[in-house]
Amino acid sequence: MSLRVSPWRALAPWLISLLVLLVIPMLVSGNGTFSIINLIAINIVFALSYNMLLGQGGMLSFGHAVFFGLGAYGAIHGMNLIGDAGYDGQGFWAHFPVYLLPLVGFATGALAALLVGWPFCRRAGTAFAMITLGLGELVAAGSQMFPTVFGGEAGVFSNRMVGPVWFGLELAQPADVYWFSAFWVLLAVFAMWAFTRTPLGRLSNAVRDNAERLQFIGYPPRNLRFLVFIAAGGFAGLGGGMAAVNYEIVTPESLGLLTSGLALLMAAVGGLGVFYGPIVGAILVTVMNSLLSDYTDASILYVGLVFLAVVMFAPSGLGGGIEQVRQAWRRGDLAAHLPGWLGGALAVVLIALGLVGTIELVYQLSHGRDKLAQVLGLQPDPSSPLVWLGVVALFAAGFGVARASKNYREARS
Amino acid sequence: MSHALVIDDLKKSFGPAEVIRGVNLRVEKGEVHAVIGPNGAGKSTFFNLVSGAFAPTSGEVRLHGQRIDGLAPEKIQQRGLARSFQVSNVFGNLSVFENLRCACFKQSAAGYTFWRPAGSVKRANRRAEEVLAMIGLAELRDSPAGALPYASQRALEIGMTIAGEADVVLLDEPTAGMSNTETTQAIELIRQVAEGRTLMIVEHDMGVVFELADRISVLVYGEIIATGTPEAIRNDPRVKEAYLGEEAA
Ligand SMILES: Nc1ncnc2c1ncn2[C@@H]1O[C@H](COP(=O)(O)OP(=O)(O)OP(=O)(O)O)[C@@H](O)[C@H]1O
Ligand SMILES: [Mg+2]
Repeated sequence: MSLRVSPWRALAPWLISLLVLLVIPMLVSGNGTFSIINLIAINIVFALSYNMLLGQGGMLSFGHAVFFGLGAYGAIHGMNLIGDAGYDGQGFWAHFPVYLLPLVGFATGALAALLVGWPFCRRAGTAFAMITLGLGELVAAGSQMFPTVFGGEAGVFSNRMVGPVWFGLELAQPADVYWFSAFWVLLAVFAMWAFTRTPLGRLSNAVRDNAERLQFIGYPPRNLRFLVFIAAGGFAGLGGGMAAVNYEIVTPESLGLLTSGLALLMAAVGGLGVFYGPIVGAILVTVMNSLLSDYTDASILYVGLVFLAVVMFAPSGLGGGIEQVRQAWRRGDLAAHLPGWLGGALAVVLIALGLVGTIELVYQLSHGRDKLAQVLGLQPDPSSPLVWLGVVALFAAGFGVARASKNYREARS
Repeated sequence: MSHALVIDDLKKSFGPAEVIRGVNLRVEKGEVHAVIGPNGAGKSTFFNLVSGAFAPTSGEVRLHGQRIDGLAPEKIQQRGLARSFQVSNVFGNLSVFENLRCACFKQSAAGYTFWRPAGSVKRANRRAEEVLAMIGLAELRDSPAGALPYASQRALEIGMTIAGEADVVLLDEPTAGMSNTETTQAIELIRQVAEGRTLMIVEHDMGVVFELADRISVLVYGEIIATGTPEAIRNDPRVKEAYLGEEAA
């Protein structure tokens, strides 16, 4: 039954990704769109690096942003060094292109993880979560004490239009940065995927599943956790380096708990158990964050709701759901399962619409008109009972469909 | 006669409770040595001490003449002693094959490598395939270990124990909870495992014990009250009284 994948099947996802990355700039235009896409690329790397810890190594971290942020700081200082070296054209930095700064980010992140990680990795579980939480707060607070390094509240800024330019790859507009982002996201995703296939990657899954048994096949769990921690720190730093080049500014917020929480959110929404899960999560969460914040004051609430919905209804994340469908398709019984699953999804959508309706109405009552309602072309009047009745109807329909599809699924299994 | 394991006055207490109370045992190279005894006698604890899961309170354990007591489990594993667990203890989300391959990395000196795919570690892959065939799970190669039927999981447990090419193997109740046919298959597997190795096995099923063991030690209440050939143990009055008595009666 051993499924040997043909080389073409194995290559296909990469070729498709490459194609998508090549096609995107033909389809989109406008700096705003490119900015969002560049941010997606950064977040994909960040979320995947987080999943090296949580999904693959079983380590729940609340301080992963430390390595992202330090990588970003490393890269922005590198950028300043390149700028300074430009005056006399001497020395190492005079020959270092801004394009390669994510490597500086990687080195900074990995080095930071190497320096602090060993005591953390003795245990996974709650102890690890608490220690990383402490680290995150410590570094974020401590950064204020070293304004020369972290730039105080305002952060450190720089200019990416410096240093040598290779192959005419300028970094002027967001559209130029797009190629930079595309290059690094593809490289980083490939490297992290390849890592999962190495002996170290496989043993990091083993330490997640059963650290005790690992000892009896010859490996101290701590060593493995530590190596994974360093690798994850390095890739987070690489993402930070991409962010430094993209924004030309790095602030202490990038080190803090909110940024760490974002990594967890993206990875969990996308799914911890599938390699591409965090990619899906990063795209969805970034798009939601970027678009919704233009239209509604409640955007954070909505992202939180998506997180809740995923945790409650699809605990293995969107990636896990996609994987389930794919497997059913391969087994050939997708048709039997699909109505039940679609019913479940429809129920979630209906309930979500009910919630959105409620939230928007409440916002109108308390804040005046919210823009999201206008975008949807609705002009609901919160004082009219009919509108509220509509919301209740959405909830009722949602719960009804949920019930029916649950019965359907149970009757089939 | 050279000894694979020499255990001297081994003791282990958990708080005030002394569970292993001075065990002396010599396991000869190449023999199958069964450890039997009533529930709660301390058999698993004894294995835990020898394999490094716990450090002994006092006493010595020598593997091929070298002290191993108090060493970490991975150090003891590297010196050629492997053990299985009474309750299956596998990597639940990894496939059967991956479980076996992970158990082979140490002997291929490949575990910490991140610059080449696991599939290119020839020795580990070859060994994992070999063990997979030996434990009869080729059909279930790609199933997650956590989803295996009970008997298959027990077989995998043994497979992971021997995959690392240890020459001293401890098996803790490998046939517990198996049906008759499953037990017969397990005995066959254990016989293969014993070839060219030193084997210490804890087992409740006397049929299995008398079929496999060269010598038997009887552990009762933290002490070994008798060691000898199956014949001698069967006829030992102390053993009859302390242990076999219940069954013989
Ligand atoms: N970690 C521990 N802490 C405290 N007491 C323990 C511990 N491990 C074992 N014991 C106690 O030591 C005694 C011996 O347990 P052990 O599991 O070694 O028995 P056993 O001979 O393997 O029994 P069984 O045949 O049921 O497997 C039991 O009374 C048990 O409660
Ligand atoms: Mg036991």
